[in-house]
Amino acid sequence: MDFEITDYVIDPSFLLAGLRDPGAGACVTFEGRVRNQNDGRSVEALEYQAYAALAEKEGERIIAEARGKFEIIAARCVHRTGRLTLGDIAVWVAVTAAHRSAAFEACRYIIDETKARLPVWKKEHYAGGAAEWVNCATRGPQEDAGGKMK
Amino acid sequence: VKKTVRVRYFAILREQRGLDEETITTVASTAADLYEELRALHRFTLPGNRLRVAINDEFEPWATQVREADVVVFIPPVAGG
Repeated sequence: MDFEITDYVIDPSFLLAGLRDPGAGACVTFEGRVRNQNDGRSVEALEYQAYAALAEKEGERIIAEARGKFEIIAARCVHRTGRLTLGDIAVWVAVTAAHRSAAFEACRYIIDETKARLPVWKKEHYAGGAAEWVNCATRGPQEDAGGKMK
Repeated sequence: VKKTVRVRYFAILREQRGLDEETITTVASTAADLYEELRALHRFTLPGNRLRVAINDEFEPWATQVREADVVVFIPPVAGG
């Protein structure tokens, strides 16, 4: 299983131990962390929800695509669910390869596709108590007649 | 044709429906018809063109026929990472 949705704290050192390989001259990792602001609003916490059965299938497909596109040895991606606070790791990606360029490119591919395709949602909790599901705002039934996505 | 399906809700749809899931009987033919039926009933704010749909844990086109015992999930705009 190269892709996982988890409700537990992500532990990079534990995950990296599973990627040790004598042929890996490169290991690139990416940590997506909870940031203190978004679109000019002060964020205090994030709540992630996932459609886990489909998210894990789609995540495995993304990693399989990365294996097909880049000369890599292994890849892992883990995405959190639940309530996270500032600085917590929300998503973690690691790729090993013989050489660095494939590892960088595959890592970039995996995080970009994960953000675009995974059925995972986040609710931002703002200073002052308001909260909003990111990307789900509407002003009314007519607003999206053109089908454009934010 | 009447059929009974299970609908699971996530994120903003879960909040607007007030349920994680429900089993419903519908005459909706396609997944798109089913969303419009539920949207009218529960006043979901998101129009169908901003959602995707999954049936039995796979993404499917909106024109897919809904069948007896299907598990249908309407997928709001995602925001992982």
